[in-house]
Amino acid sequence: MTPGSGERRMAVGRTSKLRNFHQAKWDEEIIFELSNPGERGVIPTAAEPGIVAEVGDGISAIPAHMLRETPPALPEISQMRVLKHFLRLSQQCLGADLNIDVGQGTCTVKYNPKINDVIAASPKAAELHPDQLEETVQGALEIIYKLDLFFREISGMDRFSLQPSSGSHAIFAMASIAQKYNETHGEADRRDEIITTIFSHPSDAAAAAVKGYKVITLYQNEDGLPEVEALSKAVSPRTAALFITNPEDTGIFNPHIIEFTRIVHDAGGLCCYDQANANGILGITRAREAGFDMCFFNLHKTFSTPHGCGGPAGAALGVVAHLADYLPVPLVEFDGAKYHLNYDVKHSIGRTRAFYGVFPVLLKAYSWIMSLGAEGLKQVARTAVLNNNYLLKKIRKIRGADAPFARGRHRIEQVRYSWEQLTKDTGVTTEDVTLRMADFGFHLWSSHHPFIVPQPFTIEPTESYSKEELDEYVEALEKVIEEAYENPDFVKGAPYNSVVHRIDQSTFDDPEKWAVTWRAYLKKHGKR
Amino acid sequence: MWNKEFMHPYIPNSVPEVRERMLEEIGVKDIEELYNEIPEELRFKGAMNLPEPLTSEYDLKRHVEEILAKNRSCEETVSFLGGGCYRHYVPAICDEINSRSEFLTAYAGEPYEDHGRFQALFEYESLMAELVDMDVVNVPTFDWCQAASTALRMACRITKRAKVLVADTISPNRLSAIRNYCHPVVAVGLIGHDPETGAVDLSDLQAKIADDIACVYFENPGYLGFLETAGETIADIAHGSGAICVVGVDPITLGILKPPAQYGADIVCGDIQSLGMHMFFGGATAGFIATRDEEKYVMEYPSRLFGIAETSVPGEYGFGDVAYDRTSFGVREEGKEFVGTAAALWGITAAVYLSLMGPQGMFEVGRTILQKTRYAMKRLSQVGGLRVPRFEAPHFKEFVVDFNGTSKTVEEINKGLVSKGFFGGQDLSREFPELGEAALYCVTEMHTRKDIDGLAEALSGVLK
Amino acid sequence: MYKLGLIINPVAGMGGRVGLKGTDGPETLRRAIEMGAKPAAHLRAAETLDRLKPLAKEIILLTPPGRMGGDIALERGFATELIGEKGKEETSAEDTRTAAVEMLELGAELLLFAGGDGTARDVYTAIGRRMPALGIPAGVKIHSAAFAVSPASAGELTSLFFRGPRSRLYDAEVMDINEEEYRAGILSARLYGYLKVPQDRRLLQGRKSSSPASDYYHHEAIAQDVIESMEKDVLYIIGPGTTTGAILDKLGLEGALLGIDAVCGGKTVGRDLGETQLLELLQGRESRLIITPIGGQGYLLGRGNQQLSPEVIRRIGKKNIIVVATSQKLNSLMGRPLLIDSGDRAADEELSDYYQVITGYHERAVYRAVSM
Repeated sequence: MTPGSGERRMAVGRTSKLRNFHQAKWDEEIIFELSNPGERGVIPTAAEPGIVAEVGDGISAIPAHMLRETPPALPEISQMRVLKHFLRLSQQCLGADLNIDVGQGTCTVKYNPKINDVIAASPKAAELHPDQLEETVQGALEIIYKLDLFFREISGMDRFSLQPSSGSHAIFAMASIAQKYNETHGEADRRDEIITTIFSHPSDAAAAAVKGYKVITLYQNEDGLPEVEALSKAVSPRTAALFITNPEDTGIFNPHIIEFTRIVHDAGGLCCYDQANANGILGITRAREAGFDMCFFNLHKTFSTPHGCGGPAGAALGVVAHLADYLPVPLVEFDGAKYHLNYDVKHSIGRTRAFYGVFPVLLKAYSWIMSLGAEGLKQVARTAVLNNNYLLKKIRKIRGADAPFARGRHRIEQVRYSWEQLTKDTGVTTEDVTLRMADFGFHLWSSHHPFIVPQPFTIEPTESYSKEELDEYVEALEKVIEEAYENPDFVKGAPYNSVVHRIDQSTFDDPEKWAVTWRAYLKKHGKR
Repeated sequence: MWNKEFMHPYIPNSVPEVRERMLEEIGVKDIEELYNEIPEELRFKGAMNLPEPLTSEYDLKRHVEEILAKNRSCEETVSFLGGGCYRHYVPAICDEINSRSEFLTAYAGEPYEDHGRFQALFEYESLMAELVDMDVVNVPTFDWCQAASTALRMACRITKRAKVLVADTISPNRLSAIRNYCHPVVAVGLIGHDPETGAVDLSDLQAKIADDIACVYFENPGYLGFLETAGETIADIAHGSGAICVVGVDPITLGILKPPAQYGADIVCGDIQSLGMHMFFGGATAGFIATRDEEKYVMEYPSRLFGIAETSVPGEYGFGDVAYDRTSFGVREEGKEFVGTAAALWGITAAVYLSLMGPQGMFEVGRTILQKTRYAMKRLSQVGGLRVPRFEAPHFKEFVVDFNGTSKTVEEINKGLVSKGFFGGQDLSREFPELGEAALYCVTEMHTRKDIDGLAEALSGVLK
Repeated sequence: MYKLGLIINPVAGMGGRVGLKGTDGPETLRRAIEMGAKPAAHLRAAETLDRLKPLAKEIILLTPPGRMGGDIALERGFATELIGEKGKEETSAEDTRTAAVEMLELGAELLLFAGGDGTARDVYTAIGRRMPALGIPAGVKIHSAAFAVSPASAGELTSLFFRGPRSRLYDAEVMDINEEEYRAGILSARLYGYLKVPQDRRLLQGRKSSSPASDYYHHEAIAQDVIESMEKDVLYIIGPGTTTGAILDKLGLEGALLGIDAVCGGKTVGRDLGETQLLELLQGRESRLIITPIGGQGYLLGRGNQQLSPEVIRRIGKKNIIVVATSQKLNSLMGRPLLIDSGDRAADEELSDYYQVITGYHERAVYRAVSM
């Protein structure tokens, strides 16, 4: 089925920016369906004859009841076919490198420099064991230490841990620190509440709940911002901490943030800054001056490390001086000559993960910062804000689109828009637009919790895309909306040029029918 | 003042002419105006004291590589370190696939344009399912610490109890993470072990099991390398009190060793680093959790679960989120934890690894490891003054070497070994003081006979 | 084949178009027609049917003939089974009720009705919660929560109900508006009943969060939280609503679903109480009021709740008001504040404030309530 217009040309100087895109579609089997008994993909090394002579098969030393009776039903596939399979799957995945990935707002999908991947693949990074004697890993420790110093400059905080595995994990660490802090001050029983906002990442509330906190969520006012008055209602001698993002996922900067931190401090609470949305404010405004006690940055967002389909990721967690005693162990110290691991952190919350952090991610973030420097980071922020407001101007002109809240005002690095009018006029929803955008080779993410903004979509251009690319994205959006008004059923039937057709979701909630694995699917759907 | 001349390859719209056109279209004079929502008192007036930028790619590469050159890797030095991070062979195709841009830079697209990502992760879940012999496996979480912590809290939610028992031979680092994750909602108690075999002390378990215990957790093989041979008994004891049995495993053992689900485990967890990930200084970890396909278990996963479904075209498969709504609420429930970006790319890598290895490969690698471990134990027991293995039990991949019969500390020994080109086993004297001067040695399929013989010789030399 | 019921109230919305509020009663309807009002509800229903075109081959519409649905169904090309009497020119609320009952008996899976609060009441009277139903807005301002946001959205929800991920039904309030008073500028909205309505789960948390949950889950969680902090000798006045009802359920007590109950020491002290009885009970004792916002507009205190008069509220005391609501309920307000209209302007002003709403177990939301 050929979508929409036919004015594209293959020749140089085409007038429309829209591409005649079709995603690779291999109709590839599930891996198990490729199995042929006897085929081998890779052959592991065997023990040398000398070893076998001495110890035999090694198996007889294991009690019989501990041995596997039947081999695991893994597929048997030759090497090239395995490669082909996964390569085909990769072609059916629209990585950021291939498209203009401004549509995954809040995720800060920017360019992941390939040089950083090359550097990180070096055996001097990949073949290091974390328990090696310190003098053999001085380079690795130096990277971690220097990141600590970099982030102190970027945020104004006094000490950083690079241990957390992601933003959510850093939030959990902050909640742990707040709790330990209150325990050492004899206030943990009394201070059992954490305050957050409705537009914050759900992990702000969820991680606090893991630590047993009661969570109070501030809803927004007509400007899309949490009110000082609402905060005053929430704060009390029971307040342990405030968890807040600024700017929030709407892209609106809360100008009263310093009052927020003051109010919470007056009540004896700690202020924790979720800086998932730091990309537009690097070097412009910092956690310190806003009055925060803790903050974290997502390395796989602002600091360019690749998203990897959902990880690995990493976070830099920073605290003011008096909270440094609570950071997870170990910290990396430098005595002027050597780097070493410090496990002697007086009130440490202990460990939050195995070893020291997600090292390949740390290495790539280090590299990125070194490439840009202070001036570069500021330019990243300014350009991200320029790009975002440029798109805001253009998208607001699209029929059926709106940018609720903060009307007529500038946003920082992203905007949460709404297709509410479009839906009212045509019945086409944000999900429908998302799926039709896939036909042009774009992502447009519609799943933002909770749907307080009706029919939402969030665009975050970052600094990585050129003006031409931003224009191309807008043109595709305009095209889809044009189609929606002329022929809504057509848009509602999308995608047409993607990998598969509309998925029947009815089985996913039915315990009798859902299948998280192939073997479960075969069992339940009798397809043996 | 911002240097207007600064141009960088990562920032296309920093070209002044382009910037001007865009500003014009927005209707402002300069970018400063776009920040007018930020009050003056919040504007950072200082300078970030960061090193001068290395805008040339070559300069950057040299700089970072110079720092990395200060490291001594396990390619140049034979390492017998393990303890939760392992040097197993990584097939070339694993690195090929996880460095593909399409996967490396994808994130949260729909199961249409990102169909490949969903399928790859569904296949990871499915391949792991065969290895662990269970029908539900999650999309990976951060590491074993997280997988175990979540498994324990899942058990609490399922049984509506708030206490867990953990075998005390667990790695102290993992225990620290678990304690932090459980505190203050869930109480963590320890079960003693048999000092000779390392196995869970069954009479201590019997004494401590009660009807307010949500689960019993042990690892197999344990952190110190010995196999727990009474797994089924432990599971029975747990079940007898209505508790859940949670077992942690290294999946590379499961081509040859019995999966815990087959001796009574209800939840299985662990780390997949052994399945195709380089060590990366302990940073390439990914945790897994597996259970039976029962609603009450499925509903307690905090993570996403990708499921398979048909599309509007017969024979075509699509994917999506299973059990999107978790509907059970327990008394004093504190929510179902959090979920965020974790370790998906490693899941895909493990899928590639398991697809390449197949059942035969997994059996062979397991056998090779068993043989080499046995050989190493034998050779080292021939070195004067060592008690190898310290625990009287079958071992897989790792074993404790007792140096108390020598005149040196492990610290001294390891320093000596380094100068001879070896990384000795991890010093256990601080983690397990009751073992005295002891170290955890790890042997994988990558160690050659020459490596092991060389170690024995080096140790003899150092101990003289 | 999906069996879908369709009832159109042909006169719904006619008043609004000519500046009258509602067409309740033949006199008002006559006036509206005199002023040039034309029927339009069928056009709203048509919009909904248009959204269902992709499913048309799998749907059979059960609908009364003529202007109550048959005309538009056949015109839009749907497989149709006509029910009820043919050839009736003037239709009434009675016809709506009869048709609804018949659809229930014929096994319709979902009943779509185009109209306003009055139509919702008629449907509720006929089928209660025995069958899922969904309103296509075609009246003037709608106060019942049982309606979709727009006719197109009603089509969307219907499509999801039949085809999408297993749809969830929730209890949506049907409101009774005193139309006389409403035309005089006074809104007295009273809770009339509940219809089982398909829920737009996208109002729940999206994929970035773990474990979004059903209303049932949240009601349990809220109830658990409230019960844990209940004090032995304090009197609890429990307002109408399913969220408050869940508290009574959890205590093992029978509740008046649409009325006010009183509980003390875990036992029922009064059921379906009127203002006088409440004032008596409140005499000289410590009490709390547990209320939840009602209706699509988020009324926290409305004049329709004549039992919760300004005097009753004054006696309880503002600081003793406990507000409960699921986060889905709050989210559905799309940022609009909760509304207070007790009938006493001064009291309303005093009650306007930010409230800590209990939204789950150990979960609160700070939300604003304003006087009308």
